[in-house]
Amino acid sequence: MSQTAAAARYVGQSVKRLEDPRLVTGHGRYVDDIVLPGMLHAAFGRSDLARATITRLDTSAAEALDGVHAVYTGADLNSYNDSLRASLHPPESPAPPANMLADGDVRFVGDPYVMVVAQSRYIAEDALDLVEVEFEPLDPVVDYETAAESDHHVHPELGGNLAHDLPVPNPATDEAFANAAYTITETWHQHRQTNVPMETRGIVASWQPHAGVMEVWASTQSPHELQLVGARVLGIGEHKMVVHFGDVGGGFGQKMFLGREDMAVLVVAKLLGSPVKWIEDRRENLLASNHARIEQMTVKMAVGEDGSFLAADLDQLEDDGAYPLGGPATPGAMATMLYPGPYRMGPVSWRARTVYTNTCGRGAYRGPWQMESVAREQMIDRVAREIGMDPLELRRRNVLTPDDLPYQVSTGLLYETTISPKQTLEQAAEMIGYDEFRAEQAQAREEGRYLGLGMALYIEPTSMGMGPLGTESAMLRVEVDGHVNVFMGTGSHGQSLETTMAQLVADELGVRPEDVTLHQGHGSGYGFGTGGSRSAVIAGSAARAAASGVREKVVAIAAHLMEASADDLEVGDGVISVKGTPAASMTMAQVAATAYQNSDALPPGTEAGLEHTARYKAPPTTHSNACHICTCELDPGTGKITLLRYVVSEDCGVLINPMVVDGQIAGGVVQGIGGVLYEHAVYDASGNPLASTFLDYLVPTAAEVPELECGHVVVPSDTPGGHKGTGEGGAIGAPPAVFNAVADALAPFGAYPNRQPLDPNAVLSLIASASDE
Amino acid sequence: MADQIPLSMTVNGQTRRGLGEARLTLADFLREQAHCTGVHLGCEHGVCGSCTVLMDGEAVRSCLLFAVQADGAGITTVEGLAPDDETLHPVQEAFRDCHGLQCGFCTPGFVVSVAAFLEANPDPSDEEIRHGISGNLCRCTGYQGIVAATRQAAAVMKGSGQS
Repeated sequence: MSQTAAAARYVGQSVKRLEDPRLVTGHGRYVDDIVLPGMLHAAFGRSDLARATITRLDTSAAEALDGVHAVYTGADLNSYNDSLRASLHPPESPAPPANMLADGDVRFVGDPYVMVVAQSRYIAEDALDLVEVEFEPLDPVVDYETAAESDHHVHPELGGNLAHDLPVPNPATDEAFANAAYTITETWHQHRQTNVPMETRGIVASWQPHAGVMEVWASTQSPHELQLVGARVLGIGEHKMVVHFGDVGGGFGQKMFLGREDMAVLVVAKLLGSPVKWIEDRRENLLASNHARIEQMTVKMAVGEDGSFLAADLDQLEDDGAYPLGGPATPGAMATMLYPGPYRMGPVSWRARTVYTNTCGRGAYRGPWQMESVAREQMIDRVAREIGMDPLELRRRNVLTPDDLPYQVSTGLLYETTISPKQTLEQAAEMIGYDEFRAEQAQAREEGRYLGLGMALYIEPTSMGMGPLGTESAMLRVEVDGHVNVFMGTGSHGQSLETTMAQLVADELGVRPEDVTLHQGHGSGYGFGTGGSRSAVIAGSAARAAASGVREKVVAIAAHLMEASADDLEVGDGVISVKGTPAASMTMAQVAATAYQNSDALPPGTEAGLEHTARYKAPPTTHSNACHICTCELDPGTGKITLLRYVVSEDCGVLINPMVVDGQIAGGVVQGIGGVLYEHAVYDASGNPLASTFLDYLVPTAAEVPELECGHVVVPSDTPGGHKGTGEGGAIGAPPAVFNAVADALAPFGAYPNRQPLDPNAVLSLIASASDE
Repeated sequence: MADQIPLSMTVNGQTRRGLGEARLTLADFLREQAHCTGVHLGCEHGVCGSCTVLMDGEAVRSCLLFAVQADGAGITTVEGLAPDDETLHPVQEAFRDCHGLQCGFCTPGFVVSVAAFLEANPDPSDEEIRHGISGNLCRCTGYQGIVAATRQAAAVMKGSGQS
């Protein structure tokens, strides 16, 4: 921060969003709104079988249909596949064959094996009906718990279904278990869910021959990933790959990486020389974009007489599906490493495995490794029940307090002094009225009503500063008339960055937020985009630094022109004035006009122009933390769960825009509620997906969610603005909080849930099976 | 290619004429021939509500109607609600004030649905609001800002006699 930095004027305010006037009036520009001369439309033919050999594929009738320009199969496109990998994925690590279209066999329901490009989407889909294809069905691998042992291989090229196996034994746990008063074991299951951005995936690609330029519009969270990987797939330089960034209708991790279809569109646009658009339909999105949360963790915990956590042994297994989006990753290793969370946990040993199955590929979904909080927080409630201790009291005995910080976790993490799990636990308990609820709950049980309370406390590693994720840049230019354009590598898709970045720039530079326009995509410098709760800290720090660099120059020029000392000047809302003498002032526009159009008047040695580029490198991790507590009522007649109250106490450091922070939390929480109670991307035993519409895949509506109450603990981080990431947190805390509330309501029946979804059928069968015992 | 049928409807107060096959959806007609790209397609099976428009004053899902079914009708899309380029409709203003949108994709459908809902029920309870907007899906906001925006718009429209 420069010495002349203004006091925070806009940071911390719920500034109304600069994005909104166009979006509430229908004047946003999403990828499907892009129309180019001569543009053609692509549609993909997809497998209806989980695993099968293609014995015949005849596209001649489809090709003959009026309006069809081309029909492609795997043999046409897959020669481009050498480069088909995400930039986070090291080229040497094992991966499924990187084909855009299935070639010879299909490996999940939804696997694309043919692509039609036609005059309209209607005709392209007509042509798909004319593709003649025959399959020889093969036994699919559907159950991920047994996939590693199966003789049937999802990817025959890999020789087995085990994608990763990472054992991290720790002999120190043996002694802890030997001395434990209690050893408690449970296997916690999450179930298959999917991101469901309201805008599906989509891309428009336009090749300019001779110029050698590929121009792209896409629904993406990471325009630079698209630029980098797209250029590699096409065999062109990044300087010839122009990625336009418009409005993006959500992603939640799904749009961080290129899908096979995106790459196929890029290649085909170049082969055909005509612009090609592909807009995914909802069925494709539900069946073939990415799934997530298909995982289980067996937890064995050693607990002392007084409830102290002594050690944990973890065994994590996750389903990667057939073609994991962005390449096979190892979130399970993160989930196990992060398991200790906000507690003194003692030594931890773990093993993390991922397997391939003939199902839709796993992909990042808001808090991709939140299994650590799911398993831990559900386990803590179980421990509390087993040892007869109140779950809040058990957490109080083990939670890290300010005196414990900084804290070296046995799994290798280092918590900085700026986390506040104890404070958020206490604030949330106070907000919910913990003791009063327990009294109300006891009273209700006497009346035959079943109330439950669940809580979840977690620490989230945000804004990770390693590898491709480590930096972001901001190129800031004050234009001749004093307005500001800032170019950044982010990919805002609901996070309100046009507003929050403008707030940061406004304070740091001394202008108004509405004088600042954020530009993303083409023209910005490399950055990994928006995801991983990283934009506030990493991109925000770059924006501050760029603004600060320009401000110093503004002040120097103004001081020279006004014949004042730079130390005596202040800048705010586009006016540079002498402190205490507001009449002595000039405007940003006057300074800018001088910098560009009258550079002879600048102070000697000053470079003409008013622009600055800064790149910020983040520390390894900036941890945020939160506590969620919710209450519910269970109807034992129908199995229906009604959420009564939901409180969140969170610490994301300094809030840039409180309205936006609360909005991020609320969105994540409701995704978590949906995941535990309603959503299930279920397959039958033959690998047929049963949730292919919004009538089957139940996204929560306004009628299912309670009013959310948010409390904020503010311990600034050590990063320039004091911020911490907060985009994913809601979806990390909510699943275990909701699960624990339902488990608490089920406790009087003697039921012990260990898997989701907790839909009415599941709740009723838990009650029934408990009463049978 | 299939027969092209002449189509004519009043869209946001202007006569719009076009040609389309019998199977052309109203949503696609509005997006591609009437330049109403605020009509968003989130599911194309009538559940998400992103494509909601008013047809002769009634909220309908334009993905579930064929354009020929709207031939001769008066259509209002989200683009037609604001009185001018500088002023927002009270529902639009409320969505902005209450952070009733993040990515903005579902927003046009919500705004049109809420406008129609408040027309029919100018003084709704919270429960009626939640039920009234439960036919539209939003994946970003958790509905907190949308419920608040509907409350605010109801109060403002009642006060100004707009409803």
